[in-house]
Amino acid sequence: MLLINLVWLVPLFPLVGFLINGLGRNVLPKGVIGFIGSLSILLSFIVSIGIFTELNASDIKSFYIPLFDWIHTAAVKVPFAFQIDPLSSIMLLIVTGIGFLIHVYSIGYMKLDNGFGKYFSYLNLFIFFMLLLILGSNYVVMFIGWEGVGLCSYLLIGFWFTNPSFATAAKKAFVMNRIGDLGFLIAIFIIFATFGSVEFGDVFMQAAKMESGNTTLLWITMLLFVGAIGKSAQIPLFTWLPDAMAGPTPVSALIHAATMVTGGVYMIIRSNILFTLSPVTLHLVAVIGIITAILAAAIAVSQTDIKKVLAYSTVSQLGYMFLGLGVGAYTGALFHVITHAFFKALLFLCAGSVIHAMSNEQDMRKMGGLKKKLPITFVTMMAGTLAISGIPPFSGFFSKDEILAHAYEQSPLLWVIGVITALLTSFYMFRMLYLTFYKGFRGTQEQEHHLHESPATMTIPLVILAILAVFGGLIGIPEVFGGHHWLAGFLAPIFEHPGLVIVAETPMNHSTELILMAVSVGGAIIAALYAYSRYVKGSHIPAVDGSSRDLLSKLSYNKFYVDEVYEFIIGRPLNALSSFFYKIIDKGAIDGFVNGLGKATSEGSKVLRLLQSGNVGFYIFMMITGIVALLVYGFYNI
Amino acid sequence: MSLLSILIFLPLFAGLIIVVLPSSVREGYKYVALAAVIIQVLISAYIYLHFNGNVFTGIADQNKYQLVERLPWISLNLGAMGKLQIDYFLGLDGLSMPFMLLTSVVMLVALLASWEIKINLKGYFALFLLLDTAILGVFSALDFFLFYIFYELMLMPLYFLIGIWGGVRREYAAIKFFLYTLFGSVFMLLVIIGLYFSVTDPATGYHTFNMLSMMDPKNYVEGSIFSALAHNELFGVSARLLGFIVLFIAFAIKVPIVPLHTWLPDAHVEAPTPVSIILAGILLKVGGYGILRVCVSIFPDAAIQSAWWLGLIGIVSIIYGALNALAQTDLKRLVAYSSISHMGFVLLGIASITPEGISGAMMQMISHGFLSSMLFFLVGIIYSRVHDREIPHFRGLALIMPKFSAFIMIAFFASLGLPGFSAFIAEAFSLIGAFNSESINGLLPRWMAVCGTLGILLSACYFLWTLQRMFFGETRLFGGEKWKIQLTDVNAREVTALCILTAFALVLGIMPSLAFDKMNASVLELIRLVNLK
Repeated sequence: MLLINLVWLVPLFPLVGFLINGLGRNVLPKGVIGFIGSLSILLSFIVSIGIFTELNASDIKSFYIPLFDWIHTAAVKVPFAFQIDPLSSIMLLIVTGIGFLIHVYSIGYMKLDNGFGKYFSYLNLFIFFMLLLILGSNYVVMFIGWEGVGLCSYLLIGFWFTNPSFATAAKKAFVMNRIGDLGFLIAIFIIFATFGSVEFGDVFMQAAKMESGNTTLLWITMLLFVGAIGKSAQIPLFTWLPDAMAGPTPVSALIHAATMVTGGVYMIIRSNILFTLSPVTLHLVAVIGIITAILAAAIAVSQTDIKKVLAYSTVSQLGYMFLGLGVGAYTGALFHVITHAFFKALLFLCAGSVIHAMSNEQDMRKMGGLKKKLPITFVTMMAGTLAISGIPPFSGFFSKDEILAHAYEQSPLLWVIGVITALLTSFYMFRMLYLTFYKGFRGTQEQEHHLHESPATMTIPLVILAILAVFGGLIGIPEVFGGHHWLAGFLAPIFEHPGLVIVAETPMNHSTELILMAVSVGGAIIAALYAYSRYVKGSHIPAVDGSSRDLLSKLSYNKFYVDEVYEFIIGRPLNALSSFFYKIIDKGAIDGFVNGLGKATSEGSKVLRLLQSGNVGFYIFMMITGIVALLVYGFYNI
Repeated sequence: MSLLSILIFLPLFAGLIIVVLPSSVREGYKYVALAAVIIQVLISAYIYLHFNGNVFTGIADQNKYQLVERLPWISLNLGAMGKLQIDYFLGLDGLSMPFMLLTSVVMLVALLASWEIKINLKGYFALFLLLDTAILGVFSALDFFLFYIFYELMLMPLYFLIGIWGGVRREYAAIKFFLYTLFGSVFMLLVIIGLYFSVTDPATGYHTFNMLSMMDPKNYVEGSIFSALAHNELFGVSARLLGFIVLFIAFAIKVPIVPLHTWLPDAHVEAPTPVSIILAGILLKVGGYGILRVCVSIFPDAAIQSAWWLGLIGIVSIIYGALNALAQTDLKRLVAYSSISHMGFVLLGIASITPEGISGAMMQMISHGFLSSMLFFLVGIIYSRVHDREIPHFRGLALIMPKFSAFIMIAFFASLGLPGFSAFIAEAFSLIGAFNSESINGLLPRWMAVCGTLGILLSACYFLWTLQRMFFGETRLFGGEKWKIQLTDVNAREVTALCILTAFALVLGIMPSLAFDKMNASVLELIRLVNLK
């Protein structure tokens, strides 16, 4: 197990890359920075492949690799240790593999940016923290990665910080994530108080002996889920993700689509035993997931910014993953994490290629007809669109249908909403594709003049990702098509706990499964055709801002006014409260009292001072008054 | 003379040299001070390295202190009342040793910030070094009388440092600070005298100011005012509880707790940068240290009785401080209120009386010592350049001061509890302690820990909002082009100081055992002492 014991190399390379690029950001030439940045991830990817191969060949499916004693006190012991098992090894491949492609792509995309060195150092730092999140063998190390990726997300969303709205988006992302993080943190406290350890191994072993529905487990899972909601942008903490599109597009692809935002899904799969024993939480996960999925899809259908469409689509797809988790289809959820990583990274990078060609224009109303000018981008984006729309045999079809099939088992209603979401998905994705690549060009002449296909550093990653998006589904061919679902077999060990083995319910009979598939695929195709007739045949172009809309379209276009509502119920009261505390309580009451005390003393002494008048007659008078008073007092007290 | 005495009186000695030096070499004063402080850092580093946390558990046992020095100092024969015995009694254990190193490092940073001081250099550096001696004395004194002398000795130089070298409202701030603190310590003196008459030295049988003797219930004279067995009452309250409360208020003013905190924002805003650094970096810790060393150790029964209230005060300070920070427009005032919020975690941790909580409180004091020094140092850099620190007067500083902005981002993220920095460990431990208290000793309910986490969220709000307002966006300054020229990026001296502080915050975040190993055993010993009751 040579490489598994060397797993610390995987996060080390990006860390070194971060340090070199961070310190040399103003000194090193861009070529060197791009090379170091990408090479560090490539090396991690190579080691990850080695680890994956070793693990696949090994009989033991879980390795614990302690690095050093991080916290070691009488009461609290938290080792800094990594865990290699099927789940973490497959996530390693995704993060380093897609991460590498996106680094290469960024060399071309960010070529002209002044902050090139800073950008690559942040990107490397992100990969480092993401790897800690995945590799950590306990909740605390996971939490370090969890917060660390939040930091990098903040830095990269606000990368072009001179734009005030971008800086606001960065802050919003961090604060909303923080709300989730607090849930996670309190969950860790309860885990520690309950199990006396935060190590996955210890916790899961003890948890497996607990009864289903245990109240403590309910609390733990609910709070962990709060953490997942923040990181994975679910209702009610989803509004940061669309705003996060302020960052450079490759960042949106890597952090806000393929990797970081799936952290919440990863965490729940990791804690599968805790969640399985808390059916109430699982129901909530499913409900939140499906509502998020359909709400975000309903917003995506009317967005005009190409990245916003993809952002809401990400939120919606994450909702699918949570639906999968909620109905107990952990494998299906991870399967969707993987395929989504392929096709969503692809779609974002394609969007980046379009934006690059359009001289930073993101409004689809000003695009159109790019098919000929950007042939590679068009073909790859088509592959991504087919994949996300669930058209067989593209990858998204397999993972999405696995989740939907399990949802049907749980409740047909979940399935119906899931299918409606799939229709909407297919519609808005093809709408985007048609508006961007079909019909005539609608931008300025200058933009048209500049139109060009992107350089090879950008198109090669597109092609590789397109291949993955097309064929990625092969890792999980269901039995109904004569497959063995390799992924399910590979992941099985992480669901085996001492005394309790979690098995996803066996799917319904094959004919039902086929019917369900046919309905969702048929629906997706019809939605795509409807988009074709509306945007290609009908030459429909979304209305300009400010034009009148009917209620539903208005709600969708304005994102259901969620941001405004949050501002009204949280933002403003918080500001009012803080200035009330400062102005009224602190300055007014407390300092008023303190200063009042000082003033009373000094005013009081001013009055007393007058008694010292220097008038001897007055002194004698007072003396005699005093003696008389004393005598009277003495008289009455005898 | 032991190493400890050398350490304590070295700054005083350097201060005397500065006093006698002719004013023709006034530019040399700061180098004399710098030399003294560097030697001080080296000595305390040496002490740190040779401190074995498992041997020097300290607390109530003199033999378990490092570098003990005990000399009879004032000895008066009072005839029938026995003998008045005050010892020059010093020593270090796991609770005090970390503060010696913290004090030395923060003093070094404060000294590096003192380069900006332009007037009356002789007086400034002499008072600075006198203050240094007083602080080191407080952290190592084990005789209550000696402790009190050092404690009061800190006040005088601080009063003048704020009152002479401060900002526009310096006199108001200085007198406010002075009176607030004096209010606490005057009553403290009463309790010290009460303790003196209640406790006898088991070896001589005379009354004593020895703090260690005060920690052992066996040493209390039967029927004396603070005897645990006598259950005396004063004004209808148990005497021991009253003694605890009085001492607690004295130290709590220093911490400070809400609502005894309003001296702090004013003092910080008016104080020159180095004094703000000392105030936030060390002075506030005297409060927390005093609560542990004096209140909890001498009155453990009362500490347990009041734990719930202490915890409540802790979370009120956390949330109240954070909300006030959110309302500030003066950057220094914002940092001052954030200090109140962060020091709330110290109180919350102590109130839990659990190993996690008290370790967390200790760690938070150390961590906050470095981080608040860094924050005030950074604020001072802007102020020294343009004499303004109104947040709305600055925008887009990241464009013209990139290195400075990098440091401020490090300081902000470290302060808001990002894992990898010391504050995360400290706050997490305080919260774990508060959370576990319910199942360990039942002192604090769990909702207190949950409320405490809100402080972490709010700190993200005010720090990030500040970043957004001052550092991001296109550069737009209140002072226009003139400011743009004046706002030069950090220089080598400033980078040195900031790097030292960053390194400490980072190293303690990644290897917290460097601090925990030294204080663990003392913390456990303290909890054992409390649980004996």
